[in-house]
Amino acid sequence: MKFLPLIWSSLARKKVRTVFTLLSVFIAFLLFGYLSAIKAAFQGGVEIAGVDRLIMVHKMSLINPLPFAYKRRIETTEGISAVTQASWFGGYYQEQRNFFAQFPVDPQGYLDMYPEISVSEEQKQAWFADRGGALIGRGIANRFGWQPGDRIPLISPIWRNKDGGNTWEFTISGIFDAGVEGFDTSNMIFHHEYFDEGRAWGDGLVGWYIIRVDDPERLQDKAKELDAMFANSPRETKTTSEKEFLQGFVDQVGDIGAIFTAIISVVLFTLFLITGNTMAQSVRERTAELAVMKVVGFSRRRLLSMVLSESMLVAVLGGGAGLGTAWLIVTTGGDPTNGFLPAFYIQTKDLVMGALLVIGVGAVSGALPAMQAYRLENIVALRKVA
Amino acid sequence: MNNWITQVVTVTGMNIRSLPQRWGSTMVAVVGIAGVVMVMVGILSIAAGLVDAMTDKAPKDIAIVLRAASTGEMDSIMSRDDVTAISEAPGIARIDGKLLISPELFVIVDVLRRSTGTASNVPMRGVDANVLAVRDNVRITEGRMFEAGLNEIIVGRGAQEIFEGIELGDTPRWGNNTWTVVGVMEADGGMPESEIWADVRVLQAAQNRGSTIQAVRVKLESIDVFDSFKDFLTADPRINVSVKTESEFYSEQSRFFSIFINSIGIFVGVMMGLGAIFGAVNTMYTAVSARTGEIATLRALGFGASPVVFSVLVESLLIGLAGGLIGAALAYLIFNGFKISTMNFQSFSQVTFSFAVTPALLKSGVIYALLMGFLGGFLPSIRASRLSISTALREL
Repeated sequence: MKFLPLIWSSLARKKVRTVFTLLSVFIAFLLFGYLSAIKAAFQGGVEIAGVDRLIMVHKMSLINPLPFAYKRRIETTEGISAVTQASWFGGYYQEQRNFFAQFPVDPQGYLDMYPEISVSEEQKQAWFADRGGALIGRGIANRFGWQPGDRIPLISPIWRNKDGGNTWEFTISGIFDAGVEGFDTSNMIFHHEYFDEGRAWGDGLVGWYIIRVDDPERLQDKAKELDAMFANSPRETKTTSEKEFLQGFVDQVGDIGAIFTAIISVVLFTLFLITGNTMAQSVRERTAELAVMKVVGFSRRRLLSMVLSESMLVAVLGGGAGLGTAWLIVTTGGDPTNGFLPAFYIQTKDLVMGALLVIGVGAVSGALPAMQAYRLENIVALRKVA
Repeated sequence: MNNWITQVVTVTGMNIRSLPQRWGSTMVAVVGIAGVVMVMVGILSIAAGLVDAMTDKAPKDIAIVLRAASTGEMDSIMSRDDVTAISEAPGIARIDGKLLISPELFVIVDVLRRSTGTASNVPMRGVDANVLAVRDNVRITEGRMFEAGLNEIIVGRGAQEIFEGIELGDTPRWGNNTWTVVGVMEADGGMPESEIWADVRVLQAAQNRGSTIQAVRVKLESIDVFDSFKDFLTADPRINVSVKTESEFYSEQSRFFSIFINSIGIFVGVMMGLGAIFGAVNTMYTAVSARTGEIATLRALGFGASPVVFSVLVESLLIGLAGGLIGAALAYLIFNGFKISTMNFQSFSQVTFSFAVTPALLKSGVIYALLMGFLGGFLPSIRASRLSISTALREL
């Protein structure tokens, strides 16, 4: 530790160089953090899918509805502890570009099904009591600046109401947060009853069912059993685990996700090459000084550890600041599309990965020049001084 | 002036001849810049490809009529009466006295993706036999057109490459209906290549849609009559529709996606570019300090400061140029024409397209590389010109 001032002064020797090196490490890790949040967005919540939930949709495709009557038959099946429905409302606020997802749901049943939805008891009760009320996710609240109590008209091109119009009025009862990091808060939920009574067509139909199974081990068996129950009916079903269902969307987005992962690797490789080289260069340039230190009695081991500590210090300072800044931007600035992405956060495993990379970059970029310094013969080194 | 040019050429030549001595760090700077250009051009080519397939390849003289307030074909609904009202509008092209108007149904069906074996929402369109006259950019390149009244489909070339079970002769089953693939269509890479087409009446029955349709496409006499066509329909009190040109419609559909991808591309490009500039700055500082003695000698011999500055800039611009060319070439080789299919959340269905590394993208990539080279060489070149001659010579 007593050599810390010496390490410091060697960094201060060429201030411009050190500043640029720090900046390039900083940028590399800032990008690493930010891109991993985008990667998480492409994974769309698969990692946090419920292990005991099934999603049942129409076999032909998700846009075809299912009969409400299926609910009772699912409910009474052995091994099923809960079932609730949701539908696609497909509305927008004022203009088409203000589109976001809304689902008519059974309030109590839906909140019981998704303990990930975190809302205050008071707002929850307010929502239960108001049939025209809605709960909005934090992402939506931020995007439109809506507060509890606001009245919002939404236009749904799909659902004409009984007045013959497409505009539906809602009162915001409360705002829900993600109880689990990465849970989607870019949508709104409201009373299925309000929806069912208001709509001009589609009576007795719902979009999909969310089903809780007693024993997560038997998830696949139960899915098969339920599908068999409705086989050969006019509306056959396709039941999958929530994870598979969400993974289905990720697969639909398709190769773009894979391409982004590949691009992130190229980005990181390039940046680490540049920063590694910059850091290595600054040591190479000081061969002569290292030689002098050796001649005046510094042991090889000491020199090695000093050079390594120096590059480690640069990596930790620059990389730590980069990761920290990325985390700050992602957490406080939020989603760059302003509520379109279902999830935008840096996963803990990516933070750990980032920290390991910081150490890796520090070690590798210091090791090569350090080894050169280690092997230096006094006489050869001194010749460089002269 | 001649003397100045001679000086520049001499100093620059000397720099470049000494490049091999600093091969390692020069290569890193080149690779750094090449990486930036490749990644940025690559990401931007995704958006360019999508816009090309959806907007540029859309026929210029086709108008699309949807129910007012709908966000796309999927959530639009219209009746046969609407079609009758639309056919009364002025400006619709005719062949042999027959109006070129195509009422269409738009649904999605689950088809397995070859790469993952998982289901995707592939768009399935119900059209009538008239459709190839209206959408004259679509050609059947293999097999034949479906026959009216039968459960036959034709499949877009792009969809066929990405999804399985829809080869010519295959018999996919959706819901309670089995279909036979009888033809393959192409549209110069445009949207129909992502789709599956069937007879509209057969599809209406299969999907329990009665006689409703979702969109009406109209071939206009020319794009000049579009405004009067649109005004006529929006003024008609019997119907409540929105009218757009096909390219306008698809450009709205692709806007979110292309803005999203472009912003990622530019953000990543700028941040990486900063990293590469820092790398280039360090490389050039090293280059200058390695040649302190030589530069001082030249200055002592009477060379001016500006040729020295200039020579350093030329060297870093050359590094930028090399990086830019390598990066642009790699981007072209890796990304251009790469075919993918992704979810268009506006229509909730798959759109198949090829990445387009356009000449404009390549040009901006190389220009960006030169800019990085210039910025990387700027500070070091100033340092080179400010070297104190006497101090530097003492070090020799």
